Amino acid sequence: MTSATIPSEISEAPRKVGQSNRLNLELKAYKGGESTLCSGCGHDAITSAIIKAFFEYGVEPSTVAKLSGIGCSAKTTAYFLSRSHGFNGVHGRMAAMAVGSKLANRKLVHIGVSGDGDTASIGLGNFLHMVRRNVPVLYLIENNGCYGLTKGQFSATADKGSIKKGGGIVNQMTPIDCCALAIEMGCGYVARSFSGDPKQVVALLKGALAHGGTAVVDIVSPCVTFNNHEGSTKSYPYAKAHEDPLHELGFVPFFEEIRVDYDPGTTTVVKLADGSLITLKKLAHDYDPTNRSQALDLLNQSSVAQQFLTGLIYFDQSTPALDEQLNLVPEPLATLPEARIRPPASALGAILERFR
Amino acid sequence: MSIAMEPRTHRGAVGVEASAKPVVNDLVVTVATSNGTGSQSANLILMRAIFGMGIPVSGKNMFPSNIQGLPTWFTVRANAEGWTARRRDADVFVAMNVESVAEDVASLRPGAILVITKSLASYVNRDDLKVHVVPFDELVVPVCKDARLRKMVVNILYVGVLAHLLDIEMDEVKNAIAKQFAKKGSAAKLNTDAAVAGFEWAREHLPKQNQLVLRRTNSTAGQIIIEGNQASALGLMFGGITVLAWYPITPSSSLCEACIDYLEEYRRDPETGKATYAVIQAEDELASIAMVVGAGWAGARAATATAGPGISLMSEIAGLAYFAEIPAVIIDVQRMGPSTGLPTRTCQGDIWKAYNLSHGDCKHPMLLPGNMAECFEFAAESLNLAERLQTLVFVMTDLDLGMNSWMSQPFEPNLKPIDRGKVLSDEDLARVGEFARYKDIDGDGICYRTLPGSKHPNSAYFTRGTGHTEAATYSEKPGDWAGNLDRLTRKFDTARKLLPRPIIKLAKGAKLGIIAFGSSDPAVEEARVLLVAEEGISTDYCRLRALPIGSEVREFIASHAVVYVVEQNRDAQCASILRLECPEQATLIRSILHYNGLPIDARSIVEGITLGEKRSRPS
Repeated sequence: MTSATIPSEISEAPRKVGQSNRLNLELKAYKGGESTLCSGCGHDAITSAIIKAFFEYGVEPSTVAKLSGIGCSAKTTAYFLSRSHGFNGVHGRMAAMAVGSKLANRKLVHIGVSGDGDTASIGLGNFLHMVRRNVPVLYLIENNGCYGLTKGQFSATADKGSIKKGGGIVNQMTPIDCCALAIEMGCGYVARSFSGDPKQVVALLKGALAHGGTAVVDIVSPCVTFNNHEGSTKSYPYAKAHEDPLHELGFVPFFEEIRVDYDPGTTTVVKLADGSLITLKKLAHDYDPTNRSQALDLLNQSSVAQQFLTGLIYFDQSTPALDEQLNLVPEPLATLPEARIRPPASALGAILERFR
Repeated sequence: MSIAMEPRTHRGAVGVEASAKPVVNDLVVTVATSNGTGSQSANLILMRAIFGMGIPVSGKNMFPSNIQGLPTWFTVRANAEGWTARRRDADVFVAMNVESVAEDVASLRPGAILVITKSLASYVNRDDLKVHVVPFDELVVPVCKDARLRKMVVNILYVGVLAHLLDIEMDEVKNAIAKQFAKKGSAAKLNTDAAVAGFEWAREHLPKQNQLVLRRTNSTAGQIIIEGNQASALGLMFGGITVLAWYPITPSSSLCEACIDYLEEYRRDPETGKATYAVIQAEDELASIAMVVGAGWAGARAATATAGPGISLMSEIAGLAYFAEIPAVIIDVQRMGPSTGLPTRTCQGDIWKAYNLSHGDCKHPMLLPGNMAECFEFAAESLNLAERLQTLVFVMTDLDLGMNSWMSQPFEPNLKPIDRGKVLSDEDLARVGEFARYKDIDGDGICYRTLPGSKHPNSAYFTRGTGHTEAATYSEKPGDWAGNLDRLTRKFDTARKLLPRPIIKLAKGAKLGIIAFGSSDPAVEEARVLLVAEEGISTDYCRLRALPIGSEVREFIASHAVVYVVEQNRDAQCASILRLECPEQATLIRSILHYNGLPIDARSIVEGITLGEKRSRPS
């Protein structure tokens, strides 16, 4: 047996109403406006998980920047953390906007909420380039395989053979796997989950918050209006029946020191940038999320076999984050005083000498 | 494409060939080479040597969209009066390129001096030129042992030959070489030797002409020679830019690259290496403007630089910046034409598009620098205006300003203080209590904003490009929508008062007005003198330095019988905007349009106005 700091039931324990977190804030401090999405939408379950994760992890709401593109998913940034600044921008451009925002204020915790259309189609280029820059953003994809806000067209993540609502039209094209692409681009925290598995979603979101670089969390989130029918592989019944967790996930935040014994033969511990831990208890799969080629193999095979594997797919924190690569001053660039962003007049004189 | 395609004027600023006396300090030298041969260095040395003699100069580079092998021309104009606009006819032509030589020779005005490399001598089929055949390929051999370098070193030989022919002081040539190759001592020596070899050969073999001469004077004392992209880059750096996101595109790339160099040198702590700026080379222009807007939202002073095709890609986010009221700066170094057009030729063809860029109702303030000092000052000030007005601000330069060599007085260091605009701090919020992001408290259309990261519980708001109320909540109500658009119009009217005023120059008894902007300025100034001298036409001149216009421009238009708007595009884009702004005077506004890709010259303006006046005269 090995000793390590791992969770007992920390992240999973339901918080009682009125209970406060380490900042002395109650859950309601993390809530947002009323959702206007369809009743039963998977996105609303994810919103609840975000609220829970930020609450439990104890993130100060005023230090959070919420960004989104356009689509049903993009609306959700209004439904959580109303005490955080939010920016519902342009379709497909959230990733690039998040790059700019993070550089302006590297102290802000950035969460970007996107959809499969926003990420895998119109914004694919911006998404990949954000990932390869390793911008510290929790980039969440609410993946329902369709364009909900424009009434159910296939998206680029729809599986081959998926049937469009109303029948008849079958998707013939290869789906884009955002997790595989993220790994290819060097992402150091890649996870897949299901909106119907809130326990896993919350643990993965907290892990993403504790990660120092880009964290991509691709969550299958059924569209109850346009993609919840027989023949859809993104429907609630299908996902519920097919979800195959790679491991049982636990999360120990850095501020909760609990020593627990665990069996290294059945549980792997991953240490995150801020000292928090993710525990991965072995289930049916023998899977090592720190092995890049194994991760890509797994995604490749599961795509062919149309398996719905969830959990922490890949983890690596060897790449420095963008703000570190650029060696930015620790303070936010946004609020540096004039003396630090305007060189003295003598500097201008010295430069102009070169042009005489 | 050859510059030879342009009609000859047979008349320069001074009638050179008509004069028997030597013309002192007034000439145009054009050099035709093949790009990628290092001729740019030789041409800059030629220009700098003349500048070093105290004679005002300008350098215009007509280069192809190509890395190696296509024709390129460089024109140096030296003019005692300080006229620096392009002049059409070369007085002296150096022909080094087989690709263009036939057209080049045909294009020369009668009496022009032609220096031609020996291998091309058979192309000289005219007897009205003063031809000097120079065996450049033979001369370079003893100077340059390394055969691979000869095609580059051969260029500096013609500088030596011209020094002899035109009385350019060799000491100034050597000074210019030392400056050009300041970091490469061996290259400096090689080039100096070559220049001297060219000079000595010419002294022995070529008769000295006395028609065109250069003589030392002191008209350039204290001045600098700089390109507008470097000036704009300096402006951004001293303007306190904190985030620069860009995508490479001619002719704006050198702006961003210069800015990176300056930032690296002056905005990074020498001890810790920590930077007070971030630069990202984005994946495309969609991303670069998205990064700028994301950064501006979070409180950075953020900018990008691009050209026409980039502007097109930025269109959607320009609308977001306008409607969500995010500070952002785009420097548009304009180039020729739609699509890829002529990427290495100049124009002012993005005015109309940029002014209203995006969908729905959008209009953006734009600054119109007309010289190097303004490229510097306006780039710096654009960051202030973007934050003050909480909107996208354009700075419209062009390839002529951005990539050609311009003389300038050194820039004044006394820029306006850095203005962060109406940003509410936590202390402000604690004092005022309430906060509604889009409420016009001051009646100027500009609302207060808070920055992400503010601690006050009332500071957070939700930014969106969709319809919103004063409190930044979602709204589709007609009243909210229309009210917001009307407030944005008020804000635009406030911008009129904050933007740089026009420069108005009045002439005694003038009935005609000229309106121009940007790189057209030197040609307009020269044309005004020529119009008086040749046609007896006096003109008043209003140089726009920003759009939208303010009251002075309105009054200028209203107080003239006719106003000629000079611009470098086909569709009279600025004139169209002025007609909309001044509908009562719309019929008084005429256009002088120049759109062949070359920088506008004074002669084109003189011809345009003379023709316009003849047409309107009762017969």
